Amino acid sequence: MIQQALRRSPETNMATAYDTAIKQEKTQQDSSAFAVAVESVYKAFGRHTVLNGISLSVKRGETLAVLGRSGTGKSVLLRLIVGLETPDSGSVRIFGQDIAGLSLDQLGVVRKKMGFLFQHAALYDSLTVGQNVAFPLVHHRGDLSRAERADRVNQLLAEVGLERALDKMPSDISGGMQKRVGLARALALDPEILLLDEPTAGLDPISSGEIDDLILKLQREHQMASIVVTHDLHSARTIANRLALLDKGNVVIEGTFEDLQQSKIEFAQEFLKLS
Amino acid sequence: MNTDEGFSTGLISGFFEWFGNLGIFSWQVVKAAVTPPFQGRELIRQLDDVGSKSLPLVALAGAAVGVVLSMEVRSSMSRFGATSLLPSAIVFSIVQEMGPTITGLVVSGRVGAGIGAELASMKVTEQIDAMEASAVNPYRLLAATRIVACILMLPLLTLAADTCGIFMGWLAQTLVSPISLHQFIESGFRGATLSDFLPPTFKTAFFGLIIGLIACYQGMRTRGGAEGVGRAATNSVVLASLFVILADVVLVKLIFVIFP
Repeated sequence: MIQQALRRSPETNMATAYDTAIKQEKTQQDSSAFAVAVESVYKAFGRHTVLNGISLSVKRGETLAVLGRSGTGKSVLLRLIVGLETPDSGSVRIFGQDIAGLSLDQLGVVRKKMGFLFQHAALYDSLTVGQNVAFPLVHHRGDLSRAERADRVNQLLAEVGLERALDKMPSDISGGMQKRVGLARALALDPEILLLDEPTAGLDPISSGEIDDLILKLQREHQMASIVVTHDLHSARTIANRLALLDKGNVVIEGTFEDLQQSKIEFAQEFLKLS
Repeated sequence: MNTDEGFSTGLISGFFEWFGNLGIFSWQVVKAAVTPPFQGRELIRQLDDVGSKSLPLVALAGAAVGVVLSMEVRSSMSRFGATSLLPSAIVFSIVQEMGPTITGLVVSGRVGAGIGAELASMKVTEQIDAMEASAVNPYRLLAATRIVACILMLPLLTLAADTCGIFMGWLAQTLVSPISLHQFIESGFRGATLSDFLPPTFKTAFFGLIIGLIACYQGMRTRGGAEGVGRAATNSVVLASLFVILADVVLVKLIFVIFP
């Protein structure tokens, strides 16, 4: 890359071009060290600015919890990372690869490395629980025989404690169970990155605790990079290594739970007090 | 700019935006349809859904048209003493225009509403987003399969409507003035060439394209919960029916030019 930059540059600008190329290469190396790197992302819907130039990154095996009030762009951030929305400016890199401008099929290659749990689970309502979990396997693991696929589905459902729900329809199971099925589906392709959108929202404290324990267990076993969007501080503290607090499209504070506790920022203190 | 000018500007820009987005959507579907992995199993499911499940309705509509046509044409023809031309009039009317148009409109209603509502419901419950997040191209799995199924099944359904229409036209005719089916068919098709029947039948493949495309487009761009789903289903039927009728005008003229 450095040589290419030098070849393109006139001799007078040789030093500047060299510096620029070195910087570009360093940036790329830095971002490829991260599983997910969001850099100066700006996103607006009409006149409403949702994300105002935010930067966040997550390494392999690390869990980042993104906290904030409703409507501060937490879910939009996840949708940008998985490529369901495109940033107005800035970049989203997955293992160093900028996903902007990729076609749907190219994006598909990147998306196979990610598992996404939607806020309302987004299960396919015309398929059974088993078929929902099998869906990514059917489409991307043609190498598996029918029996191997069935084994894998049973194993995934057992991991989330729902092996008996295999033949049930999504409408016949509770919200908490739907989230577990969504989690099993998100894990079907052994993702390297797990994105969880409000995994405990709308659940009773016992179900929330069960989901938190499950996420922790899965993280220990699979060593994925995870981003958990939540407004549940207790859940975030349980499952995350680092926290990022969002307000009005900006990251107010990023660090450990202790950093958040010791923060003098008014919004951080208020959020902590009311959570 | 006064309110009226603002309204008409919005209407015009909305009109071009709709067609522009339809063009982008069509391009995405074409790209997805011609590149692997091909969704053979889903295509077969859609062929069954669009074809065999529409068959009873289309056959019934074709039969009703055959009976009505037989009664109406008999009354007109008898005034001119041309009742011997009745079989030809029924057969040609059904095969060249009534069969294809009725099939197009019936399928617009049944299949257009079904596809529009199904995809809209999937869109508002984030199922299409979940599909994309699972690295499955929804244009390939959902849209291309449904559109191709509509294109392939419309000509076959038209043949079914034509057959039922002609048969019921004969039945209605023979109740008033007995004539054998063989004689009716022979008289009806006398002097006819393939170019009289194939282009009107195969033009319905274009109707299928319109119905599938409009319904998938309306469904996959839905916003706004249950109300949005209802709106998508209604718009799918209304727009698909309207475009089928408009396309029929153009295609009939085109057929006359190509097969003079």
